[in-house]
Amino acid sequence: MATVETADTAVAEESGVRRRDFINIAAVSFAGAGAVATVFPLVNQMNPSADVLALSSIEVDISAIEAGQSIKTSWRKQPIFIRNLTADEISQANAVDTAGLRDPETLADRTTPGKENWLITLGVCTHLGCVPLGAAQGEIKGEFGGYFCPCHGSHYDTAARIRKGPAPTNLVVPEHEFLSDTVVKIG
Amino acid sequence: MSFPWAKEYTPTTDFGQWMDKQLPLPRFIYNSVGAGYPAPRNLNYMWNFGSLAGLFLVVQIVTGIILAMHYAANANIAFDSVEHIMRDVNSGWMIRYAHANGASFFFIAIYLHIGRGLFYGSYKAPREMLWLLGVVIYLLAMATAFMGYVLPWGQMSFWGAKVITGLFEAIPLVGKPIQELLLGGFAPDNAALNRFFSLHYLLPFVIAGVVIMHIWALHIPGSNNPTGVDVKGPQDTVPFHPYYTAKDGWTIGLALIFFTALMFFLPNALGHADNYIPANPLSTPAHIVPEWYFWPWYAILRAFTFDFLFIPAKLLGVLAMFSAILVWFFLPWLDKSPVRSGNFRPKFKIFFGILVIDVLILGYCGGAPAEEPFVMISQLAAAYYFAHFLIILPLLSRMEKPEPLPNSITESVTGKPLNTAS
Amino acid sequence: MVRFIGILVGLFFSGWLLVSFAMGAKEYISNPPAETAEHAFHQEPKDISFTSDGPLGKFDRQQLQRGFQVYKEVCAACHSLRLVAFRNLEEIGYNEDEVKAIAANWAIQTPDVDPDTGEMSSRPSLPADKFPKPFANNVAAAAANNNAIPPDLSLITKAREGGAPYVYSLLTGYQNPPANLPEANQPGPGLHYNPYFANLNLAMAPPLAAADMVSYSDGTNPSIEQMAEDVTAFLIWTAEPKLEERHQTGWAVIAFLLIATILAYLSYRTIWADVKAEKKKKV
Repeated sequence: MATVETADTAVAEESGVRRRDFINIAAVSFAGAGAVATVFPLVNQMNPSADVLALSSIEVDISAIEAGQSIKTSWRKQPIFIRNLTADEISQANAVDTAGLRDPETLADRTTPGKENWLITLGVCTHLGCVPLGAAQGEIKGEFGGYFCPCHGSHYDTAARIRKGPAPTNLVVPEHEFLSDTVVKIG
Repeated sequence: MSFPWAKEYTPTTDFGQWMDKQLPLPRFIYNSVGAGYPAPRNLNYMWNFGSLAGLFLVVQIVTGIILAMHYAANANIAFDSVEHIMRDVNSGWMIRYAHANGASFFFIAIYLHIGRGLFYGSYKAPREMLWLLGVVIYLLAMATAFMGYVLPWGQMSFWGAKVITGLFEAIPLVGKPIQELLLGGFAPDNAALNRFFSLHYLLPFVIAGVVIMHIWALHIPGSNNPTGVDVKGPQDTVPFHPYYTAKDGWTIGLALIFFTALMFFLPNALGHADNYIPANPLSTPAHIVPEWYFWPWYAILRAFTFDFLFIPAKLLGVLAMFSAILVWFFLPWLDKSPVRSGNFRPKFKIFFGILVIDVLILGYCGGAPAEEPFVMISQLAAAYYFAHFLIILPLLSRMEKPEPLPNSITESVTGKPLNTAS
Repeated sequence: MVRFIGILVGLFFSGWLLVSFAMGAKEYISNPPAETAEHAFHQEPKDISFTSDGPLGKFDRQQLQRGFQVYKEVCAACHSLRLVAFRNLEEIGYNEDEVKAIAANWAIQTPDVDPDTGEMSSRPSLPADKFPKPFANNVAAAAANNNAIPPDLSLITKAREGGAPYVYSLLTGYQNPPANLPEANQPGPGLHYNPYFANLNLAMAPPLAAADMVSYSDGTNPSIEQMAEDVTAFLIWTAEPKLEERHQTGWAVIAFLLIATILAYLSYRTIWADVKAEKKKKV
């Protein structure tokens, strides 16, 4: 207020001006820091919750899958294909020259050493996310004997590599580990 | 806005000027809670609870939106989804406890804010509309809080919903159909839970809208003050910013300390154990009580134990409970004393003190089981409550001789007459 | 007009309340309500403290593990723990493999659907599973327990008036009915007298009937009181697993707010200094 500007308060103000500003700035910055810190839990709550994370790895019993068969199971709410390749399918996959592939990988790159017959992939087409056919009994397996995505016609071979159609990459092989000859842990 | 000496917003940057021409939002804020709003210089700490109620409304809306991301409004899984929030969602327990206790703090702030208005005559001309909007906010907040308490679908949620919707049953002829309409069934179930969730999500935004009108209505006459004397000139006011933003700022810190202490160390102190038992339509809790902020009204509801002629006691209780709040709508015309502030009304001051104690007693009885002596005490207390607003205040304005008022706010602050102030 | 109607309404409500009061008071004096036996014999929970009490409270993991053992060997046969998952046991100090083994060997299996036949079956539990319920549904629970449904224990220390001390008192409070207990309040067939229970008699037989019902691997003497205290501590954890996190966060938040509030207060004082100075000077 203009009426306050008398001689003695003006003097007091001159000497106190720094301290006064400092306190106001400190108070406002503290409030700001508190507000920012509060935002963290308010946003972090959207991350996967503990019960969802608890299901992020599963163990699958594969003892019942005969050579040439495959099963479709669910992992992280997505389909997963576990396929027991026949010797024929393995040699088919190994016969391919990787240099000519869109996403060059050998069957050995995509399986566990010593267990090359177990092809474990996500059942999610890398094009737009449809579930390819070929895992269940009687479904068409496409031109290369692996999987076939009916949405836009992507053909995968017996190592689940993309051979024809719009998909940019091979079917994803999730991280997995054989706990024994009959149990595989995915994730 | 209201006073000619209010500082004018002058944008200093090019961007500020461009903004001011196209969307004068900074000007709007400057004039409502910035330096452009001159507020009486003598406001005491009772004037801080409006901003605190606003703070807790924001806390409730923010935490509520987050809880709605995880909550499932289905009678089969609602209870478990709340426990999912408490156990598995990242920081979910913190957000839920903030929401549950934030409701209590919202009501603490709003009750002190109402009490301030009652004592200092803030409901009197020219602020009747401001007061009426405030009562509307309070009613909406009660409805919101009640429906929110139903959502966890615990025992108290279920039976609270049943008792409160059962009140409508007391209305003659149309009562039963109204109750069934509200519940979408014959007892609370999925239909009721879903609509309560929908409305519980909607109403806070309606409240926020009415709050904006409330603040708008405040800025036309300007704030009341502890003397109740009108602002006479620039020497009576200080700019809202930085003076009252700083004052509100530090009390917000203080309120948050109390709030977080309760929320982190005694998060269930204001809740009820029965609400951790899933709703069971076949078993009633030993004694059904609403949340503490409804206790005074609940005591009034239960105080009517005898039929009056053809009016059943239950209907009387319902009428009285609603009248107890609706009477506030008529308050500006019931109390015609020209003096606003209770500080200068010696007799009013005494009756106001009795009213405060009376409401506390009603609150205590409302939370106690419905047995003697609590029913008798609440009958006396409820009798005073109605007498205070409907009989004492109208008569007091005629019979009381107020003390002399100061000539101006500045005079009351400095103790010197106005003419020497400048 | 408003005031005239107001006074009439006020006279009606207040008047009728006073009349009701007078009638109620007359009734109260001439016919005072008798104290019920439930009220006279009921006892408040015993005074017992837990390490998790108070704003600094923390869990004693060793005790929680002992309490879990009591739950597993004594309570689990009848009482479910449906909101807690096996994986949560890692929070009380079991490692991943132990949790896996506890889940797989749990006496009750997790309900499942046989993948070949589609019929209801069960399978060993996994860490991600919640504790399976001992009874398929409430009807089965009531049928097996003399019509009293054993409550779920996940939230029991928060779902009962009196909290954890009440649970402890109930477990250790079984006794013979006092000689002066009215006939109507005597425990009927299948009921057991316990003054800490609201209506004095409950269907649950004393669960911790004798010492040494469990044998603790850490050498703690399994007296009835010890077992009751341990299982209560475990149930505090099941009801509020985030308690420690809550206490720690609380202190950090309050420490921050204290500093922020002091700064805000100082800022408020400096901003108001000139207005206050004016006031002082003028006086």
